[in-house]
Amino acid sequence: MREDFAEILRLVRPGARVLDVGCEDGELLELLTREKRVDGQGLEISPAGVAACLAKGLAVVQGDGDRDLDHFPTRAFDYAILSKTLQQMREPKHVLSELLRIADQAIVSAPNFGHWRMRMSLMARGRMPETRALPDPWWATPNIHLCTLLDLTDLCRELGLRIDACAALTAGKPARPIRPDGFLENWRAETVLFLLSRQPEDRSAETPKDLFGEVALPKPETGPKPRRKRAKT
Amino acid sequence: MDAGAEPSPEIETGGGTWRSPATKPLRLDSGATLSPLEIGYKTYGRLNETKTNAVLVCHALTGDQHAGSTNPVTGRPGWWDRMIGPGLTLDPQRYFIIATNVIGGCMGSTGPASPNPKTGKPYALSFPVITIADMVRAQAMMIESLGIETLFAVVGGSMGGMQVLQWASDYPEKLFSAVCIAAAPRHSAQNIAFHEVGRQAIMADPDWKAGDYEASGVRPEKGLAVARMAAHITYLSEAALQRKFGRELQRDGLSWGFDADFQVESYLRHQGTSFVDRFDANSYLYITRALDYFDLAARHDGVLANAFAKARGVRFCVLSFSSDWLYPTGESRDIVRALNAAGCRASFAEIETDKGHDAFFLDEPQFDAALRGFFASAAQARGL
Repeated sequence: MREDFAEILRLVRPGARVLDVGCEDGELLELLTREKRVDGQGLEISPAGVAACLAKGLAVVQGDGDRDLDHFPTRAFDYAILSKTLQQMREPKHVLSELLRIADQAIVSAPNFGHWRMRMSLMARGRMPETRALPDPWWATPNIHLCTLLDLTDLCRELGLRIDACAALTAGKPARPIRPDGFLENWRAETVLFLLSRQPEDRSAETPKDLFGEVALPKPETGPKPRRKRAKT
Repeated sequence: MDAGAEPSPEIETGGGTWRSPATKPLRLDSGATLSPLEIGYKTYGRLNETKTNAVLVCHALTGDQHAGSTNPVTGRPGWWDRMIGPGLTLDPQRYFIIATNVIGGCMGSTGPASPNPKTGKPYALSFPVITIADMVRAQAMMIESLGIETLFAVVGGSMGGMQVLQWASDYPEKLFSAVCIAAAPRHSAQNIAFHEVGRQAIMADPDWKAGDYEASGVRPEKGLAVARMAAHITYLSEAALQRKFGRELQRDGLSWGFDADFQVESYLRHQGTSFVDRFDANSYLYITRALDYFDLAARHDGVLANAFAKARGVRFCVLSFSSDWLYPTGESRDIVRALNAAGCRASFAEIETDKGHDAFFLDEPQFDAALRGFFASAAQARGL
């Protein structure tokens, strides 16, 4: 299972209404439907992805996250999920604010371009990094708006979003709760995951809750479900 | 309409003419009533004991109830023969498939060629103008009389898709799922314009005789053929026409006259002449009018989402074809956005094809896969 999927699976409340933007072949939605009995809806641009979702019996709309979010009603979902897709959007800022209009909370994961592998690769080779997190050559990558952990944190603050939780993800390892404005984490985190909600401006300085950490990664398919802590207290 | 192989003989089929009791006339949107009301229909498969496996198949403008079996008029396979049959997407061993001829039609349902009870002569132009909602209301009366409270699915392409939308709007509580293919929530100016060309071609034919051609023992065949030729172009795409015919000639050299030099001319002429053998000109007028009058949002303060306000329990699947310029993908997207706005569970896919509007009659693997996936999961949810 993809490391961010494991975390998303843990965060989502059972029976919630979930919109997965850029759901690809529906792997995450299928997982959420099976494990958390969510009422799921996918949005996917590629015909192959849509066909795969339909074959799995998922509700999926072929569409473009950059344009089609505008047509969803306000607060139609409990969660909007954007897993490793934000960096592929033409207008990440608009998309992020739309996610939190449509849903009460957003779960957003993105590769951290500030990760030391990226920096070293660029520094040592002088070429666009090709790492395990971002394996494609520059001319074939779908990622057009890459950012670092600190960049994403800044954007969330600018949009007045509350960061309920923030974690660093590495393949095969448990999620590690981190400070979204941590200077060192900006070097260490390979992929970052944010749990966001709409909020009044003055609560932006609150310390993020620890939603990760002491729980083990669920085993793929049949493993026992990990303990889940509530997103809000 | 192209179709595939002969159906397997082992399917249980039924059909005939359903008649509404005289006490139950059909109330029409125009304010008129229709009585007696007859509906020509075909069934494939068997209704299960819990009556949960019924699928209503709605046909397009010139279609009929012979969706999954040989058409007795043309001798050709059913228009959705490649979808209905054992092992196919709509498998009669699993579903009870009902296909009806729309009212206003000419294949057994009450239409302008039916006798007017007041005169004993064919209605002709005294037949009331009907709407898509009227067609659906008639279907709902028949479905109710069969004791079916909930249809597992209502499915259709083109005008059939509009009936599906109307079902979802007017009878959402009677639907488990709805599949709308290559349709639109309203007729555009261009749609109306093409239909007007067709109607004018029919009415310009001297044999039309203001609709009373039956009494004179003639038929406006030339007008109806031209109407079909013009309409048929809109069912294809430029790419498909080019691929099929290009500038290929019928025979060596040009005729330097107005014979059908080009293969595409000959093809269209054939489409026109074969159509008049199976279709009634007045039915063509009435059904095209019903399509032109279709505007689902208009009855809901102009807000399409309001039409689906009560359809939250229905599973929707909307499919369009990339080269369909009659009801382009944007129209299907409008439907999907309205469904999303209404909070309905909806799936939508645009099928990549160069075959144009009529692609839903044809072999399109991506289309088949999408439909099969949708039905399989809906059937599972329904316990079928």
